[in-house]
Amino acid sequence: MTQYVVLSAILFTIGCIGVLTRRNAIVVFMCIELMLNAGNLALVAFAKQHGNLDGQIAAFFVMVVAAAEVVIGLAIIMTIFRTRRSASVDDASLLKY
Amino acid sequence: MRASAEGAGRVPVVHPIGAEGAFSWLWLIIALPLAGAVVLLVGGALARGALDRVGHWIGTGTVVGSFLVSLWLFISLLGRGEDERQIGQHLFTWFEVGELNVGMDLLYDPLSALFLLLITGVGSLIHVYSIGYMEHDVRRRRFFGYLNLFIAAMLVLVLGANYLVVFLGWEGVGLASYLLIGFWQHKHSAAAAAKKAFVINRVGDIGLSLAIALMFTTFGTTDFATISEQASGASQTTLNALGLLLLLGACGKSAQVPLQAWLLDAMEGPTPVSALIHAATMVTAGVYLVVRSNFIYELTPVAQTVVVIVATVTLLWGAILGCAKDDIKKALAGSTMSQIGYMMLAAGLGVAGYPFAIFHLLTHGFFKANMFLGAGSVMHGMNDDVDMRHYGGLRSFMPITFLTFAMGYLAIIGFPGFSGFFSKDKIIETALADNLVVGLCALLGAGITGFYMTRLMLMTFFGEKRWAKDVHPHESPSVMTVPLIVLAALSVLGGIMLLNDFIVDFLSPVTGVAEHHEPPLPAIVITMIVVGVVALGVAAAWFLVGRKEIARDAPQDVSFATRAARADLYGDAINDSLVVGPGRSMTTGLASFDRRGVDGVVEGGSAGVGAMSGVLRRVQNGFVRSYALSLLGGALLVVLALLAVNLA
Repeated sequence: MTQYVVLSAILFTIGCIGVLTRRNAIVVFMCIELMLNAGNLALVAFAKQHGNLDGQIAAFFVMVVAAAEVVIGLAIIMTIFRTRRSASVDDASLLKY
Repeated sequence: MRASAEGAGRVPVVHPIGAEGAFSWLWLIIALPLAGAVVLLVGGALARGALDRVGHWIGTGTVVGSFLVSLWLFISLLGRGEDERQIGQHLFTWFEVGELNVGMDLLYDPLSALFLLLITGVGSLIHVYSIGYMEHDVRRRRFFGYLNLFIAAMLVLVLGANYLVVFLGWEGVGLASYLLIGFWQHKHSAAAAAKKAFVINRVGDIGLSLAIALMFTTFGTTDFATISEQASGASQTTLNALGLLLLLGACGKSAQVPLQAWLLDAMEGPTPVSALIHAATMVTAGVYLVVRSNFIYELTPVAQTVVVIVATVTLLWGAILGCAKDDIKKALAGSTMSQIGYMMLAAGLGVAGYPFAIFHLLTHGFFKANMFLGAGSVMHGMNDDVDMRHYGGLRSFMPITFLTFAMGYLAIIGFPGFSGFFSKDKIIETALADNLVVGLCALLGAGITGFYMTRLMLMTFFGEKRWAKDVHPHESPSVMTVPLIVLAALSVLGGIMLLNDFIVDFLSPVTGVAEHHEPPLPAIVITMIVVGVVALGVAAAWFLVGRKEIARDAPQDVSFATRAARADLYGDAINDSLVVGPGRSMTTGLASFDRRGVDGVVEGGSAGVGAMSGVLRRVQNGFVRSYALSLLGGALLVVLALLAVNLA
């Protein structure tokens, strides 16, 4: 049980660091997926421990939302890449003060 | 005598009976001049040409009509018994709010009867005179409209049966006075004088309006009838406050020290205005108020003492001003101030003095209106020059003006047999019986009156000609001299009102019957002393003014006393340093506090917020990763907070 939660925490941390440090939008995106799935893992693990389905259902919801997010996110990244010839998140910084 | 049965020395309760017969026409006295004012002032827009031609006849006719009604009612009043000489007329309910019910009520009693005759009688004569005096003024119609407005307001003042109606008239005469002082508003000095009179009068009006408010809270009404009945039940503090507040109002309207500074400047108005408003009628409103409020003053010796002090100071103050002025109208205005001081003094002396205050008020109304109109006639002949140093030797060129003026002169100095002799003598006698110091001051005032009036006569009508080159003095037209003759006759004969103590008995239903006080000296001795002192004043004027050459320009190397009197005894300087100066520095202080303090806080605050948001907005830097970091930081904070709460 503990191992699952520790693994989940490690995965989430990796995802977090990836989001904060990497510039490539695709990699950032993958890191976000990693964080989401770390969350899923924790949910499923707790569901198993408590012996009910609540956590598993929540994990399904997360997957559905993640899938929808990927569709829109990748489309946005594609469009930005087409116009700016770059996938770096730091380059797309026009919306500011 | 009814009042004497109730006990001497007390004032009777006001108890009007319903108006019937002739007295049901009481309202007409006010309505006539009011209608005239409305037609002349509002109608001018509709029929300018026609009204400009006949406007002065409308204005004069309404006042004469009002005089005839007053005379009719006066005769009817004489025909009634003393118990039936207070007549009330309820016209309509003015307003009704909760407990307050203020009616437009009129009260016709011996006091208001005499005032009605004075106002409409002298008013009619001055209207007639104005037809000639204002003949060449393009705005003559408007002038008569204002005069009618004044007469109507003054009649409301003396006919009101409660203080609120009196206040309506009080403000009305203030307005009319303002309009008429500033009638030649193209002259800067006239406009400034009008404003000064209005502002100083406002100070007095605060006193009257506060007194009315205090009456509402104390008695729940301002009716004379109720207050005169219940006044003795009020606390002494309330009565003292009422007396002093009413006195403040009276000081403003009657130009008593310390609110005296406006009267001399008010001479900027046309001369008939000075005669009607600033000599014969309006300035006596303060005396009327004190006499009318006798049921309050009789209960508050403190306020009565203050009235006497104010009056004594004023009668000397005005007399001193009159000695130094070279402007004929200003010299007469100083004399007016002084004579009103005499009336106020008599009014402050209580039951014994009230009838003589009114008596002197009436005789003064005659002879002062006479002299002001005479001064107007002189100015008319001298190209509107008012400086007496430019007159001299006019007696043979203006015989009628000279003779009528001389009647007024003899009346005011108190020459035996003339009206002023009786009225002033009675006041001095009463004052001496009451308080020796006050009596001696009044006696001194009589001497100074003799001096300054003789000086005025000598400088104007006697001595060498000191005219400007292009002046050709001539007698005024008869439309101006006839009113002068009538007023001169009244100045001579006004004393018959005292015959058989008529005026004292006639006024007793209002003012009560005095306890008999033995004067310190026999009356005849006092009279002889008064005449002697006046003769001294006249002789002094003869030696100081009459026998010397009078310079055309006022000499500048004069004593301190003369300089002080020429500067109105520094009345304006006192006002400036005590009120105007501090007021001005307070407003500049407030304005700069508003600019620096209030605006500083508001503008500084907004500038601070602006600067801070300028710094904060740098956070919005467009880098997604920094947003992510703050998101993470926030999430961590939330988690830590949850942990802290759960573990604590």
